[in-house]
Amino acid sequence: MIRQLFKFREMLLVIIIAILLAVFSTRSPGFATPGNLANIFNDTSILIILALGQMTVILTKSIDLSVAANVAFTGMAVGMLNAAHPELPLVLILIVALCIGAVLGAINGIFVWKLNIPSIVVTLGTLTIYRGMAFVLSGGAWVNAHQMTAPFLQTPRQLFLGLPILGWTAIVIVAVMYLVMSRTFLGRAIYASGGNPTAAVYAGIDVGRTRFFAFVISGTLAGLCGYLWVSRYAVAYVDIAAGFELDTVAACVIGGISTLGGIGSVAGAVLGALFLGVTKNALPVINISPFAQMAISGSVIIAAVIFNARQERRRGRIILRDRGASEQIEVAA
Amino acid sequence: MTSPADFLPGIFSLPVYLMNQITLPEPMSETPLLEMRGISKSFPGVKALNDVNIALFPGRVTALIGENGAGKSTLVKILTGIYESDEGEVQVDGKPVVFANAQDAIDFGVTAIHQETVLFDELSVAENIFLGHAPKTRLGMVDWKAVNARALALLHSLESNIDPRVRLKDLSIAQRHLVAIARALSVDARIVIMDEPTAALSRKEVDDLFQIVKRLKAQGKAILFISHKFDEVYEIADHYAVFRDGKAVGSGALAGVGQDEIVKLMVGRSIEHAFPKVDIPLGETVLSVENYTHPTEFRDISFALRKGEIFGIYGLVGAGRSEICQSLFGVTKPSGGTLQLDGNEIVIGSPSDAIKAGIVYVPEERGRHGAVLQLPIYQNISLPSLTRTSRSGFLRAAEEFALARKYAERFDLRAAALSVPVGTLSGGNQQKVVIGKWLATQPKILILDEPTKGIDIGSKAAVHAFISELAGEGLSIIMVSSELPEVLGMSDRVLVMREGLSAGIFERSHLNAEILVRAATGNA
Repeated sequence: MIRQLFKFREMLLVIIIAILLAVFSTRSPGFATPGNLANIFNDTSILIILALGQMTVILTKSIDLSVAANVAFTGMAVGMLNAAHPELPLVLILIVALCIGAVLGAINGIFVWKLNIPSIVVTLGTLTIYRGMAFVLSGGAWVNAHQMTAPFLQTPRQLFLGLPILGWTAIVIVAVMYLVMSRTFLGRAIYASGGNPTAAVYAGIDVGRTRFFAFVISGTLAGLCGYLWVSRYAVAYVDIAAGFELDTVAACVIGGISTLGGIGSVAGAVLGALFLGVTKNALPVINISPFAQMAISGSVIIAAVIFNARQERRRGRIILRDRGASEQIEVAA
Repeated sequence: MTSPADFLPGIFSLPVYLMNQITLPEPMSETPLLEMRGISKSFPGVKALNDVNIALFPGRVTALIGENGAGKSTLVKILTGIYESDEGEVQVDGKPVVFANAQDAIDFGVTAIHQETVLFDELSVAENIFLGHAPKTRLGMVDWKAVNARALALLHSLESNIDPRVRLKDLSIAQRHLVAIARALSVDARIVIMDEPTAALSRKEVDDLFQIVKRLKAQGKAILFISHKFDEVYEIADHYAVFRDGKAVGSGALAGVGQDEIVKLMVGRSIEHAFPKVDIPLGETVLSVENYTHPTEFRDISFALRKGEIFGIYGLVGAGRSEICQSLFGVTKPSGGTLQLDGNEIVIGSPSDAIKAGIVYVPEERGRHGAVLQLPIYQNISLPSLTRTSRSGFLRAAEEFALARKYAERFDLRAAALSVPVGTLSGGNQQKVVIGKWLATQPKILILDEPTKGIDIGSKAAVHAFISELAGEGLSIIMVSSELPEVLGMSDRVLVMREGLSAGIFERSHLNAEILVRAATGNA
């Protein structure tokens, strides 16, 4: 039943996105051409990757508010590294970005795991700390396009089968995350830890360690996005991606990831991010002001939360009814 | 059908004079302040109270005695307006009244002091006492002067010198209890219910509490005193009422009634179903527990568990039974003692260690601790076995399904598919998933915590048959239970616990209900 609702939920998002695209293309011919759709996807890639990290954390009944600050710090670090040592190969820079991101994520995870501090408090703190670290590192200076090397800037823009490498990166991450969530012990532990932490402990799962690894995944993906962001916008400064953590949470909520943990899928998070990406790209096309855009995004988020809440409540009712009935009928072993 | 007495001599031979006493109306010289007549209350599948009569007299303490699940708490909840009875009536001063909600009960002067006091740590003593019914000024604002003054007066009347302005969290447990009593009395109570008020108190604090009870008696209040402890009952109570399985099986003046008679009333039950305990020749010792100790919950527990044995652990709620099991399963860490599994010393630091060692624990709250409702059936069943079904961190769905199918068939699990979430199943089928997932780990030792709690009587027999079957397959079973017939009917041996200590291990041949209850309540 819930699984059916999930599929229903994901189908619904696909349909809504398709309708949006259809409506926008009547207003603006050329909107729904393959080239433009590839552009929109490419433009949403970073949000998709960050939303997947956020999803991993939310599934364990936690939240990571520090992802955007992680992007800013890692982006600044690799931007400065590239400017200072243009001879370093891009692969090394990528590894540095992933490692810095993973370490920042691990710091969140350690606080949540070993000190048992609520994740919202920990990441609210590290949100400011990481951004502050970006300022300390750069002294408030910018790294501009002319300071960056060509491979650093151009690699994500290379077209492959009509889609830039940036977009392909997102596709690869989606595939990897799908495998992790559905085919590995860690993925199963993440669902179980958020779905019923007590039952997970009794089943031999270390819930704290599972949360730690969820934060490491989120941090690593944020580190990757630090490089992608700086490369895409060809500039690194302290305030990049400010407030973007809320977009990642919004993508998850729209995609049907329960903020209570344990419910959600990779497909949902990706569709949630795509929905935000499509509206963000389409609304200017049909001449809706950026301020109205913000109101529309906000309304969609609230609508999604109401939809989720109703879904959860319906599930609760089913259990209660069955429990009442079962006590008269069922034999329990 | 064979008489249950053939299975279990000892507990059915209720003396005739006691049987008579059950049906005889109690001679009364005074008019009761509160009387409950013919009260019945059912929950789905359980009749919690069945045609119960009880009377409370002014200036008298009535002790309410009964095993866990005898219906005491349900009665308290009806008296305080939390539940409404299905049948029967409550009279106050001889007039029928209806307690539709908690406020109604308070308006008629009924107040309760609960086992775990419901107070607010961050508020002051006076605020706690008057929360919800604080005196108001003419403008409708809280009259803080009056609140503090009246709180002080109340506490003085209880001969306590607690400052009403200090915050509750700065008080000791005993002082908090006094605040709870003051809160109960602040509503002009005439009928005071004390639900195991001494559970968390030291002997000295109990003495102080009894002084207060005596003062309340002198003021003409009627007191319903619920306790498991016989010495306290005899010390403070004037009347008694014994509940068993939702029925009032005896009541009257306590003077001249021996402890033996009360114990017999408590346990002398008819058995609704036979226990399919099959005698299995016991094998070698599988697990031996030596001087197992926890910093706060239990101390110096030793026993040896043999192959094919059903080892019962009996005791009152809070005696430390579940805590031992949780510690054997690695959920909590013991502070001392050793474990030997098949003769080799082992240390269990986490549930996954326990599962690897072949020890699994089916918790009491199977809903809360047992299943991840959002996950499909097959993923729930495989959850504790994933290290076996996965290879280098990658899961193998085919093996998970095979495992789940095996146990779903064994338990006749009724579900549309193994890929539907457990949350969509009925309660009974959810239980099957939970038990299936533990057996799927192929354990050597199965710990069952209250295996039939919340299950209707027909299903209980099926569970018992299944437990016997598992023991027959060579599993060693530790069964925690509060239900005497279950412990007596199923166990090869029984460890009785009292207040965290072992009160003895009893062989099946020496078992009877009175021995167990005496050991559990410390009533020699």
